[in-house]
Amino acid sequence: MERRQWPLWEVFIRSRNGLDHKHCGSVHAPDAKLALQMARDVYTRRQEGVSLWVVRSDQIVASDPQAKPELFDPAADKIYRHPTFYQLPDAVDHM
Amino acid sequence: MYTQAMDIAAAKGEKPGKPTRLENPEYQAQFDDKVDRGDFIEAKDWMPEAYRRTLVRQISQHAHSEIVGMLPEGNWITRAPSLKRKSILLAKVQDEGGHGLYLYAAAETLGVSRDELVEALHSGKAKYSSIFNYPTLTWADIGVIGWLVDGAAIMNQIPLCRCSYGPYARAMLRICKEESFHQRQGYDLLLTMMQGTPAQRDMVQDAVNRWWWPSLMMFGPHDAQSQNSADSMRWGIKRISNDELRQKFVDATVPQAQVLGVGLPDPHLKWNEQRGHWDFGAIDWDEFWNVVAGHGPCNRERLQARVSAWEEGAWVREAALAHADKRAARARAA
Repeated sequence: MERRQWPLWEVFIRSRNGLDHKHCGSVHAPDAKLALQMARDVYTRRQEGVSLWVVRSDQIVASDPQAKPELFDPAADKIYRHPTFYQLPDAVDHM
Repeated sequence: MYTQAMDIAAAKGEKPGKPTRLENPEYQAQFDDKVDRGDFIEAKDWMPEAYRRTLVRQISQHAHSEIVGMLPEGNWITRAPSLKRKSILLAKVQDEGGHGLYLYAAAETLGVSRDELVEALHSGKAKYSSIFNYPTLTWADIGVIGWLVDGAAIMNQIPLCRCSYGPYARAMLRICKEESFHQRQGYDLLLTMMQGTPAQRDMVQDAVNRWWWPSLMMFGPHDAQSQNSADSMRWGIKRISNDELRQKFVDATVPQAQVLGVGLPDPHLKWNEQRGHWDFGAIDWDEFWNVVAGHGPCNRERLQARVSAWEEGAWVREAALAHADKRAARARAA
């Protein structure tokens, strides 16, 4: 009989209220409840967080790294989207 | 420990991880460029097959070392001399387990499964750091492991926080933050023992005598004998050579031994004014290779402990899956 492995889950931690959840690693677990428990044991032994998210790794849809140029390069020449593009007189430059 | 693991493969006649052909010259050029610029390579980026294989070997052997490393110290949890020391040791051993898991997860991003990695350890195909094949005979060994073994590991691991493979570098950052506690609690334990009875002080000296040379071996063979190093340096996996790291470790440790009031078992240990470093004696590489080949004092015992933990836990893993399936089926039916 082929041995089934526990599925992989990605772990996200909110380090304190007011901050986003941030990816910190992954764990293997048979279900969501145990995934949370294991994420707590593996990633928050030193008060690293106040909230945890776990999500099945196979549920994450990722962009293709080879598509990086067409996805992200178009933003490179649109510097007018940044406030620093605009030179204003000193008197009002704090705007 | 990982540096050692890389060298073992070469010494056993396995072909060093050299790309035989460029799988895709255009991608290869982009990859080289990224590595040269000091950029990170991420899991789904194109990478040369030899880079991937070297990383799988290094990261998984590093993970195995953390997991097997729980055994010599776990040996003393029930016999720790106070509740405080027991709590500290439990936390440390739990950290080693955590470090193993961070690293397995990093290795899995390279397309190998956890089961394959564990299988390679259990079949003897993958190695772990030879240091864990030495026994922990007294309580002082627990202190010396923290001070010397974890001290050597930290020396090795800090440069890995800048390694070119993103998931490995991030795991190492996390590990290094926690590892400092390991070394300091060990030194603190020894300081306490050195303020005790003559018998306790002798116990510390005996443990230092036994662990000093194996700790120096943790940095792996001399640079001239370290065949895989060149590739790893080029790929930004390894940043500092074995001998350089070993010297840094000796230079850092000698003054710590003086503060502690213990001797280091090397008659050739001498400050070299000209070099600005401590000179030290020749390492017994026959002993090193002997332990790597499986003939150390505890090789069989360590592997046996891992294999039986895995086999005896199989029913738990299966039951948990069966439970998850049942719950999922019920949820669908409802």
